[in-house]
Amino acid sequence: MHKFLIHKRGDHVGVATSDIAAGETVVGVYMDDESSVEVAARHDVPLGHKIAIAELAEADQVLEYGSPIGLTTAAVAVGDYVHTHNIKSARW
Amino acid sequence: MDGELLGYRRQNGRVGVRNHVIVLPVDDISNAACEAVASHIQGTLALPHSYGRLQFGEDLELHFRTMIGTGSNPNVAAAVVIGIEQNWTRRVAEGIAATGKPVSAFSIEGAGDLETVRRASWAAKDLVQAATEIQREPVALEEIWVSIKCGESDTTTGLGSCPTVGVVVDDLVDAGAHVFFGETSELTGGEHLIADRMATPELRERFQATYDDYVALIEAEESDLLGSQPTQGNIAGGLSTIEEKALGNIEKTGTKEVVGVLAPAEAPDNGAGLYFMDSSSAAAEHITLMAAGGAVLHLFPTGQGNVIGNPIEPVIKLTANPTTAKTMAEHIDVDVSGLLSRELTLPRAGELLMEHVRRTANGRLTAAEALGHREFSMTKLYRSA
Repeated sequence: MHKFLIHKRGDHVGVATSDIAAGETVVGVYMDDESSVEVAARHDVPLGHKIAIAELAEADQVLEYGSPIGLTTAAVAVGDYVHTHNIKSARW
Repeated sequence: MDGELLGYRRQNGRVGVRNHVIVLPVDDISNAACEAVASHIQGTLALPHSYGRLQFGEDLELHFRTMIGTGSNPNVAAAVVIGIEQNWTRRVAEGIAATGKPVSAFSIEGAGDLETVRRASWAAKDLVQAATEIQREPVALEEIWVSIKCGESDTTTGLGSCPTVGVVVDDLVDAGAHVFFGETSELTGGEHLIADRMATPELRERFQATYDDYVALIEAEESDLLGSQPTQGNIAGGLSTIEEKALGNIEKTGTKEVVGVLAPAEAPDNGAGLYFMDSSSAAAEHITLMAAGGAVLHLFPTGQGNVIGNPIEPVIKLTANPTTAKTMAEHIDVDVSGLLSRELTLPRAGELLMEHVRRTANGRLTAAEALGHREFSMTKLYRSA
């Protein structure tokens, strides 16, 4: 059973559809082609929150829906919890 | 979709899904008289609000447009209009009467509240008795004008409830309906995607100018919207940035081209299709403007659980958040949380919502109607004189 969904191929993050616990290996499903990916969660990720599926350096653009949703404020590893502590808007 | 669709056909040909007799204050100080009338005469509905005195310029024009648009909405069978002064009261009443529906107007100055309430109650009684004889009749789906806006969004809105609305919006536009969306500042991060869907270069230019104006206003008052866009509720639900919120929000607009860019509360003038209306993202203000523009049914995706309703336009709420579907069940009309567990497909979710559109149009009360949510909020552009 999947625990997160990814909007589009090429996105850097997926969205948890159940609570994910740190250390858990979880399956994510791409909504555009139904393929799946497996990630070891490095942190707890609550339902509705994001998990990284790509390595990102600080100040990198973060993609979701195939579009930029902001910039990283710290390096991000695969399996990291991604939220306001490590990304910010590029607009304000 | 099968099933007969029934509505109230008004004198100007527009179709409503409710049959309200409203008691409309032109200004804040006429609220008491309107509420007194509505408490005497069963089946009438007072619409108290906070403004209408000493406004000027574009802000005053918007006030009149909202008042007249609200009374003109096809969900309104008849209107009693009460204001302090004769001239503005008459202007609102005549604007509504142009639709052909019955309107009675009263001004309080020189008569006082009690005498005004007496006269207006007699008129309201006649109007409500006549309105209760109006029957629903078969109407076509494209005659139902729909507005859309989400609230208390989270990531499940972008994953599930907004795409579900997008499916229905595409179906409605294909059927030849009018559909309104807005939330100008909340398009930030995805405004280029909406600009790309404008039907003509002129519309694209008007949309961009409208968007830029709104953002310039925000930046003039406050250097950014950190802390308010996304809201604290959005952030708790997992949304990290305005761009992420906007991209989820835009999912509900479907895929069709945009055939018009409207001022707040403006009625569409370019035939059927998808319209953008310049508007705040605050739910009560937004739906009040859309109803004044002529929308008779609202689709409202929510993530963390917004409880909004509107006095004249039924608001159908849907959520894809399984927690919200449980903890705020009384507010949710359509539960599409199966999209997250992948037990529900998007086309099936669209069918479920369309079925609710039909049932609500045919008279089923929405959760917000049953719970008595009647938020009626005027949009104010700047302070009064």
